[in-house]
Amino acid sequence: MRDIISSLDFSKEDFLTIFSLADEIEKGKRLKLQEEKVVATAFFEPSTRTHLSFTTAALRLGAKTIGFSSTEGISEAKGENFADTIRMLENYSDCIIIRHKFDGAAKFASEISNKPIINAGDGKHEHPTQTLIDIYTVYKSFGSPDNLTYGILGDLKYARTVNSLLRGLTRFMPRFVYLISPEPLKARKEILSELNYPYKEIDSPSEVISEIDVLYVTRIQKERFPDEMEYEKVKESYTVDENLVNQMKKDSIILHPLPRVNEIDRRIDSKPQAKYFYQASLGVPIRMSLLYKILSGEW
Amino acid sequence: MKNGLIVSKIKNGTVIDHIPAGRALAVLNILGIKGNEGNRVALVMNVESSKMGKKDIVKIEERELNQREVELIALIAPSATINIIRNYEVAEKRKLNLPEKIEGILKCPNPACITNNDVEARSRFIVISKSPLVLKCDYCETTLTEDEVLRQILL
Repeated sequence: MRDIISSLDFSKEDFLTIFSLADEIEKGKRLKLQEEKVVATAFFEPSTRTHLSFTTAALRLGAKTIGFSSTEGISEAKGENFADTIRMLENYSDCIIIRHKFDGAAKFASEISNKPIINAGDGKHEHPTQTLIDIYTVYKSFGSPDNLTYGILGDLKYARTVNSLLRGLTRFMPRFVYLISPEPLKARKEILSELNYPYKEIDSPSEVISEIDVLYVTRIQKERFPDEMEYEKVKESYTVDENLVNQMKKDSIILHPLPRVNEIDRRIDSKPQAKYFYQASLGVPIRMSLLYKILSGEW
Repeated sequence: MKNGLIVSKIKNGTVIDHIPAGRALAVLNILGIKGNEGNRVALVMNVESSKMGKKDIVKIEERELNQREVELIALIAPSATINIIRNYEVAEKRKLNLPEKIEGILKCPNPACITNNDVEARSRFIVISKSPLVLKCDYCETTLTEDEVLRQILL
């Protein structure tokens, strides 16, 4: 049994094993679980892609799914506490996938449940399966996540996908990582202190955009800001537009965990660098690969 | 006063010595000593110390410390020594060792941490550095510095 709480729960070998199996699935490998399994999706916070891709992945493996995608209609809305909801799901399922607004909720759930817990996003903390998808997209585009220059643009303070990606990249050898954000949204020091690759914090992409191979853009998430005034000050502080993309290398790629708001101009969707929809499409094979490893008992 | 006995010996109780200068009041706060409990308490601040330059000392009659109190003192005064006195003699010496994990004592400063939002989720901090003291929440990974720990304990 294995819990997935942080992207640091994956070794380099784990990443490559998941990628290799996802690649086979994409090429048509039919992957089915030998035993009937039930996967619970406990999404206490709204989600479209993550919820649907996990559900699709489970169904394609031949597992049954139960769960919910908002707290409306579940007993938590009647006052049942989070821990008791996890205890119930532990009885009904073989694996619990959790999305929650509170930081550390998935880890807490893993201490309650004897069934594997997969963190599908906990507050502003981590989103490790998104990192699998992000790095897999890089792997598919360049053949390896190593020796590339990354630019991570946007809200680096509250974006859980950024925390997980920065940590996930410690398993590889990026050539350089630019952390590009307005001052109030700089990455958290406790994350930066763990990084084992060269990086630099800057406030604008313009000077370095021609060097970047992978531009990872994040949304400013209003719901994560403890103070609305702070959000108002920075809400439209960066946009990836045609002007910026025209300065990028032809074989560079732009990723985004989606949904986007205004940080990526829709007019660049047709540019060859725009890979965010392709990235989203890789969610199902990646999550199939991960679920298979966990539910089959290989992990 | 270097070699003098600043306050008299106690018959039974606890002597907390080698407290970093200026932190004796925080130690009293940890022990919940307000002064109206009835037992005699001696507090000495900023006395000369060959080891520390300056130090504070607290003597409390008729009271022995429990494990939780010892852990809390270790957080803000790791250099302190605790002597349990019985019948004027040192019956037991306790060296403070900061545990690797601090559970259920401190509050995570992140309001969105699960430990601040579920009564069952007990706070737990991992000791990242002993000097200067840096703790990390085991759930949300928010760090807590020595100043913040002191502030929480003094509140």
